[in-house]
Amino acid sequence: MVGLDTYGEPRRRPDAGTVIAYVLLTVGSVAMFFPFVWMVLSAFKPIREIFQLTVLPHTWTWANFQQVLFHTQFPRWFLNSLIVAGISTVSVLFFCSLVGYTLTRLRFPGRGVLFVIILSTLMVPTEMLVIPWYVMSTQYHWVNTYWGLAFPGLIPAFGVFLMRQFFQTLPRDLFDAGRVDGVSEFGLFWRIGLPLVRPGLAALGIFNFVGNWNAFLWPLIIAKSPAMRTVPVGMALFSGEASTQWNLIMAASALAIVPVLLVFFVFQRQIIEGVVLTGVKG
Amino acid sequence: MRPNPTDMDSTEPRNAAPRRRRLSLATREALWAYAFLLLPLAFYAFLRIYPAVQSFNLSLHKWHVDPAQRTFLGMTYYRQMLTDAKLHQALTNTLLYAAIVVPAQLVLGLGIALMLNAVRRLRPLFRAIYFSPYVTPAAAVAWVWGWMYSVNFGVFNSALLAWSGFVTRLGLPWLSIPAQPFLNDPRQALPAVAAVVVWQQLGFQVVIFLAGLQGIPRMFYDAAAIDGAGALQRFRYVTLPLLNPVMVFSVIISTIATLQLFDQVVNINFTDQGGPLGSTLSIAVYMYQLAFSRFQIGYASAVTVLLFVLILLVTLVQLRLLQRRVEY
Repeated sequence: MVGLDTYGEPRRRPDAGTVIAYVLLTVGSVAMFFPFVWMVLSAFKPIREIFQLTVLPHTWTWANFQQVLFHTQFPRWFLNSLIVAGISTVSVLFFCSLVGYTLTRLRFPGRGVLFVIILSTLMVPTEMLVIPWYVMSTQYHWVNTYWGLAFPGLIPAFGVFLMRQFFQTLPRDLFDAGRVDGVSEFGLFWRIGLPLVRPGLAALGIFNFVGNWNAFLWPLIIAKSPAMRTVPVGMALFSGEASTQWNLIMAASALAIVPVLLVFFVFQRQIIEGVVLTGVKG
Repeated sequence: MRPNPTDMDSTEPRNAAPRRRRLSLATREALWAYAFLLLPLAFYAFLRIYPAVQSFNLSLHKWHVDPAQRTFLGMTYYRQMLTDAKLHQALTNTLLYAAIVVPAQLVLGLGIALMLNAVRRLRPLFRAIYFSPYVTPAAAVAWVWGWMYSVNFGVFNSALLAWSGFVTRLGLPWLSIPAQPFLNDPRQALPAVAAVVVWQQLGFQVVIFLAGLQGIPRMFYDAAAIDGAGALQRFRYVTLPLLNPVMVFSVIISTIATLQLFDQVVNINFTDQGGPLGSTLSIAVYMYQLAFSRFQIGYASAVTVLLFVLILLVTLVQLRLLQRRVEY
């Protein structure tokens, strides 16, 4: 409630409320970011320093990272995560927008019902699906495959919903004009529709990539062999084995977290836009 | 937007007549639509709807790899739930998690969003920092927190130690706080895990609230100010009611996410998942243990059905309760 005074008043010198807001926000930011700083700095400490609890290492060492990178399958897990998140993001961008487009721009019997059916799948929690998915996966030999890791996230309903919102904002005339000019139905979607919803695609794509990168429950179930683990699963099981070697665990955590943080700070605008779009408009 | 059929008709003579199409334009459009939807609908039918139905089905049968040999048990597993003390503990814990996480996120999220809305410089940076835990893998951050909570070597206890030393030197030893067991104590473990969840998901709430605040037209505040409303009154009579839809959304999202809590619980105490003494066990973790450690597929499915019903009920009740207040 601090800083409410600034509402409705013309811009002027910062008042006491604004100053307090800055102070509190700074303190909060330090608290929010501290675990990351602590983790990264600890990852640079040699084992004998790890329990000394100084913030900065006395001697900086790369040994923990070397250990994790060269003596575990971490690079492989990284590659797995890239492949799985990559497959799912390409699929999400194409299919969610195709379905979103079809549900807004094409008219056909059953359109409303199909939209409600797709939307209703949002009500079913992942926990309810993993057991049948696993039963299916053993039956069709999807265990320990990239397809097995990726299939649950190929066409999320929230993505369909998001892209539908975007296509709804486009004027009808545009597509009618294209039709008159003899553009095929797929061409209308691919060449007229898609370029106009690029901001939506960017938000959805990055948001989805990060979500898939962080997924834990399903990859934990379906990746039985160490070589097929994703970063979070590999990291968790490795840390379970490393037990109290906190320097190694912090190095593994840093390797799991820092790339996502970097991606986030680069694409911050699109990611936050994605949250706002799913949230406020949804 | 409802489609307007006359739009379509107007293009039809120009387009269809000269080329002599056999199919009418409307039929052609519908066929294209079904073609576009073919794969996605197969996905939803086979990988979303069928598994959901299958979960119900599995919960009514004794599990066997061969579907033909699964014997029908009816409500047996659901009756078993009534007397399963471990399930009751998981259920209580999950509701406790929600009782801590949801209000904490609502209050902190709204407070931080209000402050962010009041500052102009550095706002993007602050927003990014508060949001950053949300994009990081819960499995990894839980390990960091697990270490920070560690009894002998954790950051928190060394901070408490330093604090106690400081106040003792000042001559105020009664202000000192002894080291805490945190994750090792069945009473402290659940709030400790809940704190991690709040830390991680707070940024999501902040972003949603900030967007909501920025969507409130300035003229409402101007009008209230002209009428002599102070800052608190403007908050009470302008911000809160106009923000209500966003708050409903926020509470529903964080409740659902908390009911599904899994990653943090599993990773923060990896050698005793859900421990100590089951004090941090959540429904999702219990379901996972039943299905994938003990292979009680049928009973685990029944637990997921329970979770589904719980989420459905909570959503409906909250939509009801919270939307009533919006009628101004």
